[in-house]
Amino acid sequence: MAYLQLQGIEKFFGAHRAIKGIDLTIEKGEFIVFVGPSGCGKSTLLRLIAGLEHIDGGRLVLDGKDITQAPSSKRDLAMVFQSYALYPHMSVYENMSFALKLAKVDPKLIDEKVQNAARILNLVPYLQRTPKELSGGQRQRVAIGRAIVRQPKVFLFDEPLSNLDAALRGQTRVEIAKLHRDLGATTIYVTHDQVEAMTLADRVVVLRDGIIEQVGSPLELYDQPANQFVAQFIGTPQMNVVPLQQVPPLVQQQAPAGAVGGAIGLRPEDIAVCASGSTAVPGTVDLIEALGAETLIYVSTPDGAQFVARQNERTGLHAGDAVSLDIDAANAHWFDSAGRVVAAQKA
Amino acid sequence: MARQSTYTPAYAVRTVAAWAVALLLFFPLGWLLLTAFKTELQAISVPPLFLFEPTLENFHEVQSRSDYLHYAWNSVVTSVASTLIGLAIAAPAAYAMAFHKGKRDKDILMWMLSTKMMPAVGALVPIYVLAQKSQLLDTQLALIIVFTLSNLPIMVWMLYSSFKEIPHEILEAARMDGATLWQEATRVLLPLGMGGLASTGLLCLVLSWNEAFWSLNLTAAKGGTLATLIASYSSPEGLFWAKLSAASLMAIAPIVVFGWFSQKQLVQGLTFGAVK
Amino acid sequence: MKRLIPRLLLAPAVATLFLWMIVPLVMTLYFSVIRYNLLQPDVTGFAGLENFEYFVTDPSFATSVVNTLLLLGSVIAITVLLGVAVALLINEPFAGRGLVRVLLISPFFVMPTVNALMWKNMMMNPIYGVLAQVWAFFGAPPVDWLTDFPLLSVIIMVSWQWLPFATLIFMTALQSMDREQLEAARMDGASYGQQLRYLYIPHLGRSVAVVVMIELIFLLSIFAEIFTTTGGGPGDASTNVAFLIFKQALLNFDAGVASAGALFAVVLANIAAIFLIRMVGKNLDK
Repeated sequence: MAYLQLQGIEKFFGAHRAIKGIDLTIEKGEFIVFVGPSGCGKSTLLRLIAGLEHIDGGRLVLDGKDITQAPSSKRDLAMVFQSYALYPHMSVYENMSFALKLAKVDPKLIDEKVQNAARILNLVPYLQRTPKELSGGQRQRVAIGRAIVRQPKVFLFDEPLSNLDAALRGQTRVEIAKLHRDLGATTIYVTHDQVEAMTLADRVVVLRDGIIEQVGSPLELYDQPANQFVAQFIGTPQMNVVPLQQVPPLVQQQAPAGAVGGAIGLRPEDIAVCASGSTAVPGTVDLIEALGAETLIYVSTPDGAQFVARQNERTGLHAGDAVSLDIDAANAHWFDSAGRVVAAQKA
Repeated sequence: MARQSTYTPAYAVRTVAAWAVALLLFFPLGWLLLTAFKTELQAISVPPLFLFEPTLENFHEVQSRSDYLHYAWNSVVTSVASTLIGLAIAAPAAYAMAFHKGKRDKDILMWMLSTKMMPAVGALVPIYVLAQKSQLLDTQLALIIVFTLSNLPIMVWMLYSSFKEIPHEILEAARMDGATLWQEATRVLLPLGMGGLASTGLLCLVLSWNEAFWSLNLTAAKGGTLATLIASYSSPEGLFWAKLSAASLMAIAPIVVFGWFSQKQLVQGLTFGAVK
Repeated sequence: MKRLIPRLLLAPAVATLFLWMIVPLVMTLYFSVIRYNLLQPDVTGFAGLENFEYFVTDPSFATSVVNTLLLLGSVIAITVLLGVAVALLINEPFAGRGLVRVLLISPFFVMPTVNALMWKNMMMNPIYGVLAQVWAFFGAPPVDWLTDFPLLSVIIMVSWQWLPFATLIFMTALQSMDREQLEAARMDGASYGQQLRYLYIPHLGRSVAVVVMIELIFLLSIFAEIFTTTGGGPGDASTNVAFLIFKQALLNFDAGVASAGALFAVVLANIAAIFLIRMVGKNLDK
């Protein structure tokens, strides 16, 4: 039984159709990530679920109840805002207990819940401080604590890590993952960072221009992208997608029939850089990026194609060196002229 | 900021010039202040007296005449009432426009502005006739209504500007936390918007208190404000300058002080944000 | 449902202001085309453009228009020029700047009637007034301001009152100037005069426009000062359009003619208002 169901959700901003008929089912306890480029509608979709924007079409069903027209205050959802949105005039304790106070919960019970959440999030020494006396990371934890205390049906996170510096971001990401493991709460998490999507999600929803491009587990999306957009969105560095005319005939011949006029997609780790002349694909090194644990090699071919290859070993190559690329067509993704994925030919 | 060293000759010249201009421009008020503490004879002395023994007798006399308190009371009542009523009407409107954006918000704000721009004299005849017909001439109520309506556009505008400074996510968080509209307004918006409410209220208090056009035309002995009272001193009455100064000083002192504190709001309110 | 609540919240403000705008306007339009004298309420009847004609052919009409323009023009000119000068003077830091600001701002918050009487009695009285004493100090005969120069006296009073407003606006605008631009100019060797001409004055252009507009609108209704000091006289030497309307309405009790005059004043004000609204509208878009 699906816990949260989106059926044909539509949203218009004036004449602009921002959300174009979204269907999605989410199971209880799942960690779902909405990911996509700016303007794809992921935050809008989250806000529609939260009730902060009005749903123009379709239905939203939570735990069997239709909440499409219900106001935010009645949906039993908790949201962690990108800017944390803490109440500046209240202490951390008051911030976290506000919702329960409004619901007229017994003060002793409130205290118990707040103390509990504060313990989980290491906020106990800060309970009497006000938000402006806290660091960014602490404020974020208060925002999360505020949501935990309510024990809502679904947690909503709106790009919670984007205001943190890089080091804190990685740390907090791990903490959020652990929190989900311990609490097991149904969560919808919005981000534009695909690393967060890959590491935190049970399933990822890739959005573009108000529609769902693909839904699947992180590795499903990585290994079997449904189209060029998803293929290039997931994975860093980006998958190499090169028009078929720009690869040597030997490689072109391996393309399935539907891919004519389209492109070939290769993950950087599926391209090996070898000594010049050793394979059929010649090229020149443009740039070397030595990242320590891995090395990225940027190569361009005489046909005008540009590739990024990734290897774990250090390299002695320099910009301008002539090399050969070893392309394993078995691991290639084939796209037709419209960007849709085409199944590889059976060998 | 300024890279030059602080105590240059330019600094000294500026200091002297600025103080000279300030003292010159302030002089009439300063003179009023001094005269309030003189006796009548001292007040008209030729050449003018700068050093004298101050006395409080004028204040006593003005206060002992019961009409002063009466007019002062009218000023207080009309200013405070119109400010409070105005805030009560303006705040919800400002909230609606700041946090629940509608398509017509900008038009509404501009239209409200335009009502303020009509010169008061344009409405003199109809308002007078209306007041006469509804027997509200020379009452506090007439002034309260007129003051409220005159200042309403400024109040909506200023509250709108200050509400917009509050991040809307904080109110959304309250909504997610289960707050009804009333709870959202009283437990989150009000504490956060208190500064804006107070400064708007202060400015409107000042504007109502000093309002002379309607006070002079709609009221006289019963509903008159301090503006009316002072105006009635315009015909010479023998030696009365010191008392006039004392009465004037009492009439303007609190407002001048309030004014010092509401400079920024004055700029924003009276230029409708056109100058930041 | 979602749309209803904001509309309800807006309703009281919009409704009351709408009434405040429409009712006087409609009534004024109505009165201006009928015969309506407050002392003779039974004399009615359509008057067509008679009232307008009467208002315009009133011997004081031309004078009042001229006076209004003189009043507006002079006060605006004085407040803008002096306001800019003072704002520039106190823009850079100096000793006691805060206190100077306080002193400079004060006149604006003085009640107009107090302002009027203060000037009339303390300053301008030809025998005991301060100005008379200063004149006498320099050996010149004292000037009877209110009798000999009534309009000028009103101009002085109103300018004194509104100078702080202009100064405050310009001070605020100057504070928002880009410091780095000024420093770059200084490093480029610009003299103060050149800085004035190429940096300060253009930046102030917009606030000058705002000050002029606002003053146009508010000064059109200058009333209290005239009422309290000169009573529009001697004769009609210091009567402006607002006072003329007042005279018609509450001294002659001719509501019809006064309304015709009021429409005239409203049209004047609207012209100024259109520009101001456009400027403010641009600001709202930011």
